Amino acid sequence: MPPALTGIVAPSLLAACLALVLAGWASPALAFRIFVSNEKDNTITVLDGTSLAILQTVPVGARPRGIVLSRDGRSLYICTSDADHIEVLDLASLTVTRTLPSNPDPEYMALSHDGRTLYVANEDNSQVSVLDVNRGQITSEIPVGVEPEGMAVSPDDRTALCTSETTSMAHFIDVASHAVTASVLVGTRPRFAVFTKDGARVWVSSEVAGTVAVIDARTHAVLHTITFDLPEVPKNAIQAVGINLTDDGRTAFVDLGPANRVAVIDQATFAVKKYLLVGQRVWHGDFSPDQKFLYTANGISNDMSVIDVDQLEVTQSVPVGQSPWGVVVAP
Amino acid sequence: MNDAPLGWQLAGQDATTPGAAPARYARCLAGIIRREALRWTNQRGRFVSALVRPLMWLVVFAAGFHFVLGVSITPPYRTYIPYEVYIAPGLAGMIQLFNGMQSSLSMVYDREMGSMRTLMVSPFPRWFLLTAKLLAGVAVSIVQAYIFFAVAWFWDIHPPWTGYLAVLPALVLSGLMLGALGLVLSSFIRQLENFAGVMNFVIFPMFFTSGALYPLWRMQQASQTLYWLAQANPFTHAVELIRFALYDRFNAVSALAVCGYLAVFMAAAIVGYDPGRGFLARRGGGE
Repeated sequence: MPPALTGIVAPSLLAACLALVLAGWASPALAFRIFVSNEKDNTITVLDGTSLAILQTVPVGARPRGIVLSRDGRSLYICTSDADHIEVLDLASLTVTRTLPSNPDPEYMALSHDGRTLYVANEDNSQVSVLDVNRGQITSEIPVGVEPEGMAVSPDDRTALCTSETTSMAHFIDVASHAVTASVLVGTRPRFAVFTKDGARVWVSSEVAGTVAVIDARTHAVLHTITFDLPEVPKNAIQAVGINLTDDGRTAFVDLGPANRVAVIDQATFAVKKYLLVGQRVWHGDFSPDQKFLYTANGISNDMSVIDVDQLEVTQSVPVGQSPWGVVVAP
Repeated sequence: MNDAPLGWQLAGQDATTPGAAPARYARCLAGIIRREALRWTNQRGRFVSALVRPLMWLVVFAAGFHFVLGVSITPPYRTYIPYEVYIAPGLAGMIQLFNGMQSSLSMVYDREMGSMRTLMVSPFPRWFLLTAKLLAGVAVSIVQAYIFFAVAWFWDIHPPWTGYLAVLPALVLSGLMLGALGLVLSSFIRQLENFAGVMNFVIFPMFFTSGALYPLWRMQQASQTLYWLAQANPFTHAVELIRFALYDRFNAVSALAVCGYLAVFMAAAIVGYDPGRGFLARRGGGE
């Protein structure tokens, strides 16, 4: 290349590179954060939603498992199972600012949509604790089946739902009267429940049966039981746990535990569309705010997989703490 | 095809004029590429087998090992992958390896039929003729590799779109290196019948002691010696270069290794085809 030409090309190349780098910087750096509870090393891993870089690892109480975001997005409620209480992590300072009482060994809870009440499943005494978040007090206990585990609240806050692992039932609880209005038999060891956005249906996963029951929230009839067929995975490794439903009512993602797969289901037809290979013992997940990505906690491979919701492909898996259990995305 | 006066035809009428113009070089190159392309398309069996071979590996062999790799993440991959995804770049490499050997076979054939001599006595320099021959083979192998990637897409092998572009220079480099190896071998093979030996002693060992079928860390767990053999294997680096490029990454070590092997093989081929020193001399003055 003649020197004159080099003189023109080199600076323009440099300018182009600089422009690219600046464009990279200009993009929103901290649009949202991802919080992962690590059961074994007693921490919450905080990741940047865009870069997936670990921003901080926050030490919390012993054995953090179920995590729920407060409705104002400012706090994270953490079931610290071996500490026998619920901790409140302030998301601005990333410090535990409060503890809430619970019965021994809290594992999972659901927050009412008004943000005032936490429903906590107490495995040991077959009850659901109703916890007033502001007052920091358990206001009542509702008896349910043996070994309550999964908890959900309907969008109108009128119905709470609890699954009991030993009785294999989903109990519908009238929030006003605290009465169990219906108990629906589902697959063995029901683990997790979630209402559809319109509140018309409840999806309940069963860990041992490896199935998902879709229940009509009004009639309490089981509309469909979804089964999973993975020839390359031993049957007992197919354990349905976490469920994530897209708000558009189209797609459901079911975490299949030691099958190391996330099943993709059509919400309308209940047909399994695809199985996505993720890390080992995939347990729970959460969507990005725009629902373009789903993040799953993989308990044995100690990482978090990222699923592209439109493409239905796993794009990346990033290491987090020891035995990741739950994921919450905070805008 | 009338090959007898090929070299002279390609060189043009005033080929003996010293300092042949670049246009004439281009014409020679185009002629050689066209001849290679014709050879490829006219031999339906070769065309089909070049595609069926890797697809058999992908569809049948990989199915049996579907979940074999689901436990670790190795670069350039960013998550857990099924086995099919892992071996796809290796199979693209296999296409190029077989193609390189096939070109070598065709060189031996040309030599036996006499058309090689007409090419070699053309006024173009030997290095240019060999490089042209090499480029012709590489062009064919790249088309084959892209057809393979297109079919593999339907088997859920979805590299990023930019990866399909980034893999092109990697395929050119690895194709040149494997083709140059073929040229060297062809200068050693005396008869067409000896090609079976090439299959047994070159293609298979190169393919199986590479990272094409199993990740090197797995191999290292089984045998350290095998691991070092794989590290020294030029095919391993060709495959890794393709694998990284397909996922928008650059593997500098493999790129350097492939360039190094290319230089060595090309030099050996030029020496091998020297009428005074190479196979012609050993064979007592030619075909």
